[in-house]
Amino acid sequence: MPAPHKATRRIQALAGAAVLALALSACGGDDGDSVEVESDASFPAGTTMAKLNKAGKITIGTKFDQPGIGAKKPGADAPEGLDPEMGKIVAAKLGIEEDQIKWVETVSDNREPFLKNGTVDIVIASYSITDERRLVVGQAGPYYVTGQQLLVAKDDDSIKGPDDLGGKKVCSVEGSTSIATVEEEYGAAPVPFATYSECVQQLLSGSVDAVTTDGAILLGYAAENPDELKVVGDAFSEERYGIGFKHGDTEMCQFLNETIEGSFDDGSWEEAFDSTLGEAGVEAPEPPTVDPCE
Amino acid sequence: MSSVLYDLPGPVARRRSRIGSVVGGVVVVGLVVLVLWRLQDRGHFEGDKWEPFEDPDTWNAIRDGVRRTLQAAVVGIALALVLGILLAVGRLSERSVVRWPATVVVEFFRAVPLLMLIFFFFLAFPDLGSFGALVLGLTLYNGAVLAEIFRAGILAVPRGQSEAAYSLGLGKRQVMQQVLVPQAVRAMLPALISQCVVVLKDTSLGYVITYDELLRTGRLIYDNYFNIIPTVIVITVIYVSINASLSALANLVERRTRVRTGGAPVVHAPVDAGAAV
Amino acid sequence: MRILLDNLGKILEGFQVTLVLFAGGTVLALVVGTVLAAMRVSPVPPLRWAGATYVNVVRNTPLVLVFIIIVFGLPELGIRLSFRTFAILAVGTYTAAFVTEALRSGINTVGAGQAEAARSLGLTFGQTLSQVVMPQAARSVIPPIGSILIAMLKNTSVAAGFGVIEATGTLRELGRDFPQALYWLFFGIAAGYVVLVLLLSVAFRELERRLVVLR
Repeated sequence: MPAPHKATRRIQALAGAAVLALALSACGGDDGDSVEVESDASFPAGTTMAKLNKAGKITIGTKFDQPGIGAKKPGADAPEGLDPEMGKIVAAKLGIEEDQIKWVETVSDNREPFLKNGTVDIVIASYSITDERRLVVGQAGPYYVTGQQLLVAKDDDSIKGPDDLGGKKVCSVEGSTSIATVEEEYGAAPVPFATYSECVQQLLSGSVDAVTTDGAILLGYAAENPDELKVVGDAFSEERYGIGFKHGDTEMCQFLNETIEGSFDDGSWEEAFDSTLGEAGVEAPEPPTVDPCE
Repeated sequence: MSSVLYDLPGPVARRRSRIGSVVGGVVVVGLVVLVLWRLQDRGHFEGDKWEPFEDPDTWNAIRDGVRRTLQAAVVGIALALVLGILLAVGRLSERSVVRWPATVVVEFFRAVPLLMLIFFFFLAFPDLGSFGALVLGLTLYNGAVLAEIFRAGILAVPRGQSEAAYSLGLGKRQVMQQVLVPQAVRAMLPALISQCVVVLKDTSLGYVITYDELLRTGRLIYDNYFNIIPTVIVITVIYVSINASLSALANLVERRTRVRTGGAPVVHAPVDAGAAV
Repeated sequence: MRILLDNLGKILEGFQVTLVLFAGGTVLALVVGTVLAAMRVSPVPPLRWAGATYVNVVRNTPLVLVFIIIVFGLPELGIRLSFRTFAILAVGTYTAAFVTEALRSGINTVGAGQAEAARSLGLTFGQTLSQVVMPQAARSVIPPIGSILIAMLKNTSVAAGFGVIEATGTLRELGRDFPQALYWLFFGIAAGYVVLVLLLSVAFRELERRLVVLR
């Protein structure tokens, strides 16, 4: 890549970060909703970023049913959570206003197909980076690292970690990797349901012993029911959430990585975390190291 | 018939019947009260559980859910009708080259659960999106069911009609198109309307592929607000109202067709309509 | 193809659960359906009303909603059963409504003369129903009940979203693990259902034939 390009982009990133930092320090209300939009972002001609910037619109795929990560209240216009916040940060970098973002629900089954056929421009939906996925789509980041954990009733002391799961009824979403893991590796009795919320319902009414999935998602539920639920155990798998984009778009990868790292540096990432998952009373962790683009 | 199963009640029978009514009534009411009391105990009728229904956003979402249910249902039924007629004609064909594949298709789609079909289409053809996958599944399944209903309808048209048509020199296709199918369709109206109820209920399977129809909207509401019982009550009332009206319509049409055509064949809504989700 | 064969064990396990649900559901549906049919034609008005309400509400409700009511509602009433039992309850009670209607129309096809003759011989309501009407109704009722039960076999697939891993749920699990073999998996499991449905159809046709001979 020609040196002047890189330098210009670096300067832009720093300038953007500076503007963001100023804007964020200016607005005292910490709702994380107001991310300063880059007013004169410009990108090399022909790149995806240039196209999006020119169109002034972007379609982002995210989850609609995971509190804290990506959840849309029925009737609301946009989802809320860590993923939408990251989406707004990316859009802002592209010079796109918040209300010009089109949010599309992507679930585990259709993230790759939607990226391939262009239904969405990027995917930020608790999208774990894996080698298999990297074969079909591009993944930048990670922007958050979590792992599979367990959600149990507050007064249940029999389950402290995955090794206590033998024979216990553990709920997760049907067809998810979490449910396969607890069954195959820890001998739990799998109970598949349609959404994590339904699993939590079952936990609250006592029909299952635990709910398992990425700790980030469980934290969201614990935040909503702090008197009845708690997250236990160390993470027994590693899930690195990344941003998905079309396969082979190296410039996009660079841009996304820079945006992510920029958000670590200027505090917007921490803001995003605190206003979403942080509501569970959890401190924002150390931001992860971003993978290099190939 | 039911009324000849027992005599007109005499005094003893009447007393027994009244006792039975009172006991039965008490039992039924008692069960209902017990259920409601238990639920009240667990706080399901607290104000905050019903609050989301004061929010206009919630009702907007429900309204959208109903709209999307109807959209999928209408498109599904329309395409199923077309497919059903094609398959029925295929099954009635004299050429086994046409008859066998038609029979295989009909039997296959009647045997495979609709849930599996929808899910498979969603994964295999992601370009369809959730609406497309749902409609495709509904079309194929209901098309197969309608094919059987059509076949019954066409076979129910009195033989005299087709015999007269043939004796007039009409070819097979003309006999079908101009004589049999129109009469068959009229006879099948009640069964067709019942099938609409089936399609409406089947749209609820769209939840597997995240299609935002009424039931999924309801689930999203209680996922968000954890107010299952109130939401379930609201959604059930909506479904039952829509479907019951359609069923009543089917009954009405059946009665009026019978009166108007004076004894012409009517294909009754099969009692098992809607049994398969 | 290999993947299908490698995972045959899992798939068969799934079908085993399907059959368990089907068996339990059949028993429940037939029992409850018969009781409801008796209620609907009985001389006691509240029973008639209760039966009619049940049928009209359940027939117009999607099965998924019935599942939700049972799997999420019953635990709140303190009734805690295994998820498989809940599934059996759901498909059983749902299908019972259709069984009731099939039985009722079957009862109505038995000539009124039969019931009149029974009454004139002094048989009570219960005796008329069980000794005279039901046996004759049974014969004309076999085909619709057959298709209702076949429908129930397919309806067990809904349990996949409510804590039970049966044949359709297995498709989802395997589809996630082996996305490249999706077509094979689908047709393989679909074939399983087709086989079961064919067996059921043959069984019912045989049953009908036998009853004709008896008559």
